[in-house]
Amino acid sequence: MSERGRTIAGGLLFAPLAAVPLVVTSGRWIEFLELTLFTAVLGQGWNVLGGYGGQYSFGHALFFGTAAYIQALLQFKLGWSPWLTMWFAILGAMLVAAGVGYLSFRYGLRGSYFALITLAFAEAFHVLSRSFIGLTEGGRGVQLALNQDPAQAFATFQFNFAGPFLSTYGFYYTILVFLSIAYAAVWWMQRTRFGAQLVAVRENEDAAEALGVDAFRVKLGAILLSAAITALAGIYHVQKFLFIDPGIAYGPAKSVEALFAPIIGGLGTVLGAFFIHGIGETTKEIIGTFWQERPGLDLILFGVILVLVLGFAPRGIAGLLGEAWRRATDRACN
Amino acid sequence: MPPTGRATDVLEVTGLCKTFGGLRAVADATLSVAAGEIVSLIGPNGAGKTTLFAMVSGFLKPDAGTVQFQRRDIKGLRPHAACRLGLARTFQVARPFPNLSVHHNIAIGAHTRYRRRNQALAIAAEVAERLGMASRLDDHAGSLTVAGRKRLELARALATRPRLLLLDEVMAGLNATEIDDIVAALRGIRATGITIVLIEHVMRAVKSLSDRAYVLNHGRMIATGTPAEITRNPDVIEAYLGHGAAARLADGQIDA
Amino acid sequence: MVRRHASLTVKSMLEVTGLHAGYDSLDVLHGVDLAVDEGQVVALLGSNGAGKSTLNNTLSGIIRPRLGSIRFSGKDIVGTSPEYIVASGLIHVPEGRRIFPNMSVLENLEMGGYRRGRKCRARNMARVTEVFPRLAERFSQLGGTLSGGEQQMLAIGRGMMSEPRLLILDEPSLGLSPLLVEEMFTLIGQLNEQGLSVLLVEQNVFQSLAIADRAYVLENVSVTLQGASADLLDDAQLRRSYLGM
Repeated sequence: MSERGRTIAGGLLFAPLAAVPLVVTSGRWIEFLELTLFTAVLGQGWNVLGGYGGQYSFGHALFFGTAAYIQALLQFKLGWSPWLTMWFAILGAMLVAAGVGYLSFRYGLRGSYFALITLAFAEAFHVLSRSFIGLTEGGRGVQLALNQDPAQAFATFQFNFAGPFLSTYGFYYTILVFLSIAYAAVWWMQRTRFGAQLVAVRENEDAAEALGVDAFRVKLGAILLSAAITALAGIYHVQKFLFIDPGIAYGPAKSVEALFAPIIGGLGTVLGAFFIHGIGETTKEIIGTFWQERPGLDLILFGVILVLVLGFAPRGIAGLLGEAWRRATDRACN
Repeated sequence: MPPTGRATDVLEVTGLCKTFGGLRAVADATLSVAAGEIVSLIGPNGAGKTTLFAMVSGFLKPDAGTVQFQRRDIKGLRPHAACRLGLARTFQVARPFPNLSVHHNIAIGAHTRYRRRNQALAIAAEVAERLGMASRLDDHAGSLTVAGRKRLELARALATRPRLLLLDEVMAGLNATEIDDIVAALRGIRATGITIVLIEHVMRAVKSLSDRAYVLNHGRMIATGTPAEITRNPDVIEAYLGHGAAARLADGQIDA
Repeated sequence: MVRRHASLTVKSMLEVTGLHAGYDSLDVLHGVDLAVDEGQVVALLGSNGAGKSTLNNTLSGIIRPRLGSIRFSGKDIVGTSPEYIVASGLIHVPEGRRIFPNMSVLENLEMGGYRRGRKCRARNMARVTEVFPRLAERFSQLGGTLSGGEQQMLAIGRGMMSEPRLLILDEPSLGLSPLLVEEMFTLIGQLNEQGLSVLLVEQNVFQSLAIADRAYVLENVSVTLQGASADLLDDAQLRRSYLGM
């Protein structure tokens, strides 16, 4: 399936996803879906740079965490409205991306080197956020005040006490809207010169340069867009959980989550996100039943699954489905 | 070799040098190409021809010398900037964008001049038509044969609407009929006003296509002139052609 | 395929019969027959996309043919592993050289001969350096830094390290200067005189036919012409398609 096909297929999911409240009332299932969509937003952000641009980042937590911190701190310290801080959060993530991007791409860092640089920056910010206590509250983290007044729900961008419908579905729709924005951005990108040039750079950077593509500018544009989308995930996280700390913001978990979905989904990120969380929940259940709570066991299993997928289905689930589709339709020819 | 700076020069290279470690890849290379000419750059493998192209097109920084494109100094300009100015270059080993269709491959070239996607795709289709690739527009670039890839390289470069085409061994791996096709295509391209510089080993093409040729050996220009002149040049025969090929070419046989 | 021999003492080195092969579910070769006798140079000509690479990949065991047989030295090698085929003495020097760019010339050659014992390797190395003195001068140089012609020599030298009885050369003249092409063909002739059988896959018609005993033309996935080189040179169809006359 072409990349366009995959985006369309992903887009078609939105109608049923929007209609979820009509059928699903269980809070647990809504949580599951929210988590899935959250991962999908992270994944789409990563995908702009990784899938389309061919630059694999191991430190996307950098953009997630920066956006989350800005979103939290501007509310916490200055009392600004979350709808205002949002823009600064996105801008902040993009600024950081511009810095990392400039350093990496200006000096031609690709492949493993680029992956390591992004990892290093994420870790650096992790340490910095722990140390600059005056700025970030350090290890204690930033705790936002809970709003319990339903009338203030939208103003404070908090839906936990916003009445029967919104308290269940408010954040679900938030993340769904964010995912739609992410998909719309990718859809737009595919139809523009920028998108075509980005893919060309991924396929063969020298050939692209010889054809008039400014690889540096294009990659920079990609990392900026990637960071902006990832920032949405950070904003959602802060509003939903009202808490952020160095570990959550810049720890490796978010970086891994960001790249898992596209790779396992085969750059069909929503599919991948579903798969990850489906498998994740199931393995937790299985482990819980047979081995009781052993921290880390599910991560090991995750690692095994990732290795298996990369080994046997390098194009991920979407790739497997695409293969099956191709085989089914090819039979007509021979 | 004294530079021949003429008002009609599209490309003027003077005293270009490049050294890698201890190896003098290109030493004091000078050449000039007038508008509408087809010039061949020939020489043994490892003579520095591709290095010369890389310097002219911006992929390598020359250690010394100047490169003037349309009377404008372009030394040190990044490849994409040189391309925007009208200097397009192909690679010795074809570099298609493997996961894209032929159509999308060529469209990347068209995007140099055209921002809008549908415009670029239309131009790409037109270029493909001109080069006889219209039937393969939707093919995966990765599935093309050697000849197909070479043609795709040419098509992509052509789509950038160049003034000067630098073609690196565009005939390698093609049989006689395919070579004739490309030669005809290049003649057609020149007729539209594009200047062409070819790195080639296929003497058949060099003879029938080029107005002039330069011969590079161990990084130095050892001869220049019309194809007939250089195939009779004893230094060239010694270093590059070999007596068998030289004799066959002198006899008028088309294959070397 | 029935072949008539003038003399029964001529051994068949390679015999391909009714070969159908391809990738996924698509056949590229439809019923190819060809043969190389011991001590012969046989040329395989044909346009790009006609199936030469597929044929070579099938002969070296990388692809399994769908139908047909391949006999090397009288033994059926269809379905055997590429390692077995190499060990039997059927060596394929692929198109585009494909030497190891980050290894030295010496290491590249050693890679070619690693299956043989140390004594054999030393002897083969001596043979190769005798035929390719230029390689001996550059033993410690990295493969990727050699020029095209030197890389081609290295590729052939590496093939020779495996003690081939039949060498399949895939477009050895690709991208080489006319002088080097001439040297290459002379070299192939020399190797043949030393007893090596050669299947030469080429675009360069004149020079291939000049050193080959027999030739096949692969066109649109099956063999359309075959015969002694002299006869082919006269063939009007061949002249039109490949010599452009």
